Amino acid sequence: MARKRTTHIALAGFGVLLLVAPLVVRQPYYQSIMVVIGINALAVAGLNLLMGYAGQVSLGHAAFLGIGGYASAILTVNHGINPWLAILAGVAVTCVVAWIIGVPTLRLHGHYLAIATLGFGIIVNIVFVEWRGLTGGQSGIAGLPELRLAGIALDSHLRLYLLVWGCVYLATIATANIQHSRAGRALRAISSSEIAAQTAGINTGRYKVQVFVLSAALAAVAGSMRVHYMSFANPEPFGFAYSIELVVMAVLGGSGNVWGPVVGAGAITLLTEVLQPLGKMVRPSGAELHVPAFGLILVLMLIFLPRGVTTSLALLTQRLRGARRAG
Amino acid sequence: MSTSSQILQCIFTGLTVGSIYAIIALGFTIIYNATDIVNFAQGEFVMLGAMIMVTLQTVVGLPVWLALPLSIAAGAIVGALLERLAIRPLRQASILTAIIVTIGASIFLRGVAMIAWGRDAKVLPPFTKSGALFVGQAYIMMPQSLWVLGVTLVVVVGLMAFYSRALVGKAMRAVAINRYGAQLVGISPSRMVFWSFALSGALGAMAGILIAPITFAGYSMGTMLGLKGFAAAIFGGLGSSAGAIVGGIILGLLESFAGGFVSSGYKDAVAFLILLAVLFIKPTGMLGGKAGR
Repeated sequence: MARKRTTHIALAGFGVLLLVAPLVVRQPYYQSIMVVIGINALAVAGLNLLMGYAGQVSLGHAAFLGIGGYASAILTVNHGINPWLAILAGVAVTCVVAWIIGVPTLRLHGHYLAIATLGFGIIVNIVFVEWRGLTGGQSGIAGLPELRLAGIALDSHLRLYLLVWGCVYLATIATANIQHSRAGRALRAISSSEIAAQTAGINTGRYKVQVFVLSAALAAVAGSMRVHYMSFANPEPFGFAYSIELVVMAVLGGSGNVWGPVVGAGAITLLTEVLQPLGKMVRPSGAELHVPAFGLILVLMLIFLPRGVTTSLALLTQRLRGARRAG
Repeated sequence: MSTSSQILQCIFTGLTVGSIYAIIALGFTIIYNATDIVNFAQGEFVMLGAMIMVTLQTVVGLPVWLALPLSIAAGAIVGALLERLAIRPLRQASILTAIIVTIGASIFLRGVAMIAWGRDAKVLPPFTKSGALFVGQAYIMMPQSLWVLGVTLVVVVGLMAFYSRALVGKAMRAVAINRYGAQLVGISPSRMVFWSFALSGALGAMAGILIAPITFAGYSMGTMLGLKGFAAAIFGGLGSSAGAIVGGIILGLLESFAGGFVSSGYKDAVAFLILLAVLFIKPTGMLGGKAGR
């Protein structure tokens, strides 16, 4: 199919771009931004599968990042386990939690589902703060060792960039594969009409839980990356605010599109960086201008461009191509 | 403090906080009945009511009896603006989209409040100044608690009268019971939607003004209050006004006892654990689903 070949070319081009980018952008500050974008993109990739393809909603996704991240931190710092094994363990724990919470939650629909995920996210964040024995409370866990790959310490922005974006690349390929597979068609069917999908013989419950767990797994990896990047884990980045940020990224980037997460994460992260100095001008104590900006973006996107940037662009090019063929 | 006075303390605190949750829950219920939408910006109505009241009282220097209705009117205006600018343009979009839009609106409002009022907590003086009241050894906070309970009662009675006597109130009930039928008798559902947002805004503002002297007034006060009020509404049964009130009071009491006897840190989790429990076991809540009132 022509569409598949375009995707292959695009993925190859993306890979080249990723390898070239750090050679062009050399200042550590900008490289660190790229690392953060990568971590966000990884988390949004999971959310995109859930929201964009399967049509479900998660307003508490930061919880999964937190579980993965804290598992990494606790196992590495308090028990001296190899960081890579700790990351895998974190993913496993997150998957189990996602499965346990997913089965009853995904039976709900529409706003009930949204609310349940919201409640779940808040409860998990409260546990992060209150269970001081396990998580270190508000101060969190510090002193995470750096990751080492084949003896080389991943301590520079460049090396972490490669690790993080390597994961994003794999996630993008996985999303593309899912999109063109039977599972992808099933998810899209569920997204348009769950009843119709069930009538066609699709086991909607099982697919929904599976995509939920997969999205949680990706979030767990992103959370571990974040925790290792900052060398400490604390509850603040894993709360309601970040869950909503992820949703904004997913909505802006584009639902049901392989490139949505990267575009959304990139746009929102860059916007946050740009708004920081502007915020200082408005209020010297540091007004968080990005907060109302995100709210405004969310509202305007959903009114005018509900499918997000990448999907709308894709639809537009399709329509133009069709018009050219007809005209 | 002896256990009996601790229990008494928890009861009073729980009733006070629960009344606030009840008013906020009523705000959710009114909008839900008219539109099927869960308005996540409800908490920000609460916050704005309190903040505007603070500004009117302390900066502009208005007396309480003037600042109060103005602040409530401001809440209604914000609600109406939300409906016109963010909800109305959505037209046929899905309920889920509308919900996320309200989330976007809520963070927008919170961000604007942070820029306008800064990060520090503001102090709102209580309605009447006098010493704390004691019953036995239980310290009932301040007379403000009595104001909270009293005003909540007035609000509840007022709403009951509104729904059963006022034309607009009856029209809103009609839309909630049967939208198409209401249209057939000449009621404009879209206008009812508008009024329900305005009414919810006013109620939210009232709740904020009541609670701010007891806790604090700050740009972030709305988030948790809104979410807990929402949990109360679901607990009582989304769509049922009586459920909202009962849910709010019970939630307030449960939270207060959990804070007093279990752990004050995990107190906040109570509302959300109840929320999840209700959603998983009986999503329609205690007093059942939509039925007009």
